[in-house]
Amino acid sequence: MNHLPQAWGRPRDDYYGAYDASYFQSNGPNQHTQQPIVTGTSVVALKFKDGVVIAADNLASYGSLARFTDVKRLRTFADTSVVGFGGDVSDMQYLDRLLNSLDTEEAYTSSGHTLNARNLHIYLSKVLYKRRSDFNPLWNQVLVAGLDEEKKPFLASADLLGTTFSAPSLATGFGAHLAQPLLRKVAPDEEAAATLSKEQALEAVKESMKVLFYRDARSMDKYSIAVVTKEGIDLKENEKLENQSWAFADQIRGYGTQVN
Amino acid sequence: MPGFDFSNHTRNAALHARGVPLPKATSTGTTIVGCIFEGGVVIAADTRATSGPIVADKNCEKLHYIAPQIWCAGAGTAADTEFTTSLISSQLELHSLSTGRKPRVVTCMTMLKQHLFRYQGHIGAYLVVAGVDPTGVGLFTVHAHGSTDKLPYVTMGSGSLAAMSVFETQWKAKMTEEEAVTLASNAIQAGIFNDLGSGSNVDVAIITKDKTTLKRGFVKPNQRSKKQKSYVFKRGTTAVLNEKIITREDISKYVTVHELEGEAAAGEKMDIDA
Amino acid sequence: MAAMFSQNPLMNGPNYSFNQAPVTAAGNKEHAFNPYTDNGGSTLAISGSDFAILAGDTRSTSGYNINTRYSPKVFKIGGTTSTQDDATLVLSVVGFAADGEALKERLDAIVKMYRYQHGKPMSVKACAQRLSTILYGKRFFPYYVHAILGGLDEEGRGAIYSYDPVGSYEREQCRAAGAAASLIMPFLDNQVNFKNQYIPGSGVGHELQEREKIPLPRNEVEDLVKDAFDSAVERHIEVGDGLQMLIITKDGIEEKYLPLKKD
Repeated sequence: MNHLPQAWGRPRDDYYGAYDASYFQSNGPNQHTQQPIVTGTSVVALKFKDGVVIAADNLASYGSLARFTDVKRLRTFADTSVVGFGGDVSDMQYLDRLLNSLDTEEAYTSSGHTLNARNLHIYLSKVLYKRRSDFNPLWNQVLVAGLDEEKKPFLASADLLGTTFSAPSLATGFGAHLAQPLLRKVAPDEEAAATLSKEQALEAVKESMKVLFYRDARSMDKYSIAVVTKEGIDLKENEKLENQSWAFADQIRGYGTQVN
Repeated sequence: MPGFDFSNHTRNAALHARGVPLPKATSTGTTIVGCIFEGGVVIAADTRATSGPIVADKNCEKLHYIAPQIWCAGAGTAADTEFTTSLISSQLELHSLSTGRKPRVVTCMTMLKQHLFRYQGHIGAYLVVAGVDPTGVGLFTVHAHGSTDKLPYVTMGSGSLAAMSVFETQWKAKMTEEEAVTLASNAIQAGIFNDLGSGSNVDVAIITKDKTTLKRGFVKPNQRSKKQKSYVFKRGTTAVLNEKIITREDISKYVTVHELEGEAAAGEKMDIDA
Repeated sequence: MAAMFSQNPLMNGPNYSFNQAPVTAAGNKEHAFNPYTDNGGSTLAISGSDFAILAGDTRSTSGYNINTRYSPKVFKIGGTTSTQDDATLVLSVVGFAADGEALKERLDAIVKMYRYQHGKPMSVKACAQRLSTILYGKRFFPYYVHAILGGLDEEGRGAIYSYDPVGSYEREQCRAAGAAASLIMPFLDNQVNFKNQYIPGSGVGHELQEREKIPLPRNEVEDLVKDAFDSAVERHIEVGDGLQMLIITKDGIEEKYLPLKKD
């Protein structure tokens, strides 16, 4: 279970043994990202009949330190798509700048039409694949949510290796383990996702964010959530988790033979 | 001589250092859960055992007997869960006989953790211990290094997060037996369908103060579909290079031969395609 | 940082007890950014007298996780439209999905260019040679995939070409690739090429006649593919979810999708 961004793109422990941390220190100058420093955790997203819901919390961690608590990890693009970033925050900010310049360039060169979510996802995945091929990866996994060329809901993922895939529901990092089982139950396939209402999708995503807060030690209860539909993007960046349940807590006594 | 035999350790360490791989152990990359309800406790497990990416057993038993009212769900190295639980089961039985009392869940848990701690994690047993004893209902997790946890709902194994997501969204205090069994089964199914280390069926054990009910194959959501083709070979398809017939008279020189009658004579039927 | 990785072996993905870490002469472990990963899955191709079938499961994995239950591994190549309706070639790729995608895109572009420049579709034979060149071009930073190319040859017979990651290739009757290749291939040897099958009563011992090799009809091949994948799903954790089949005939390429077990 290598959900932590620190583990992404690394030789798998089961093949190569545990990572030798002494290799992190290098004396000479090295401009390549060898490890993520300030990181964001999960991004979760779910398609519904008219669009896509996507969410990510507002925390940027520095190892186990909750370093920045107001980092917005969802960014809109051309009023048609939302990109959610997991992994290294400085690489996220670089991609953000890249997308800004792409947006500007498109506004000048194209005659009225804009890049849709599929175009954006292909662009990002090519950037990521190029960078991994240069052995200079951007340490992120991104989800692209929006509408495709036929105005149908679109949701896809791309990671630091350039691996891409698409599904009715997606989650990065810890969310791949904790949120995906919940989301898959709500939308097991494309047909099921196409029958979901916006309210159902919102509820499932918020529930997932809650479970992630319960169990992901690098998460936070303040999050951003966006709904992309034909009507546009509804992005809220200062949501707070609601209706948490701690009903189990008062009954717990110790970890073994303790009674009182 | 009690305990493990370490006489080959130095040799093996030397071989390993030269790059000789360790033999592959069957691991139950698993989903196991436990959940307390009003008057009892339920534990459940999937039934897939793996060796690397290969499914070693499609329908293995991961719910182990400890005592009539104490059961254990095991994840990790299959042999370790099997031997550790049976060892503790024996010790607990003797303890129960010498004290003349029913065994307690905390006793079992303590014996397990002390045994596992002694071996510093080298015994790869990850367990969910559950049971009902005169002091009430008990539910614990025991990790291979010897740490334990006491919670109203627990999950373990590679599918523990998938299963936990179900508990974290649907668990409530003071459930009925039926509610708890359904919840545990759903948690296992989350593991079966979302974790590659888990699969096949759901086994459930329900323990109340009166009785224990083991439901092997409680849910079977992964039945194999019928084969499209028949793969029966005509007799004589395999080349016979050499033939030697051993008569009954020949073999009776070495073993005692009994004539079987009735049903036993037919023998067990092999499972083959029609 | 080591603490970032769970001490629980179950938490670290498929825990093979093999320690296969490449060790340098000095005994140090090599560690750097690893540009590869394995996305699991399996592919399979069988050729017939007037058709070729390429199939693949649609599961994409990373470690013990399912990325998606629908990610095709078999692609039409060299059509003139975005839907690839008039394509004549099929490529399947299994291994590292990002390299597979890049390879597919590259081959597709090349075959398209050929079609525009020559006014006719590329032959499988030519495309097969070109694909080998592409793969070998990255000999020292390979596309980490096992590719299979399918189509109809100049005589209209089914043609299957299979490749290793660095471009060694061969035309074959049938080939299984990917995670469950070692499970499926022996089955194919026996059921397609009738290996280890003899004609009953045709002789004694070594004189026994081998069963005659004849190309199988299409429906039987489709059944064989389904049975092969159902069995692979039973015994390999990375194979499952869906089965995608592309059947190439003189009338075009037909696509079939069948569900597989999802556990």
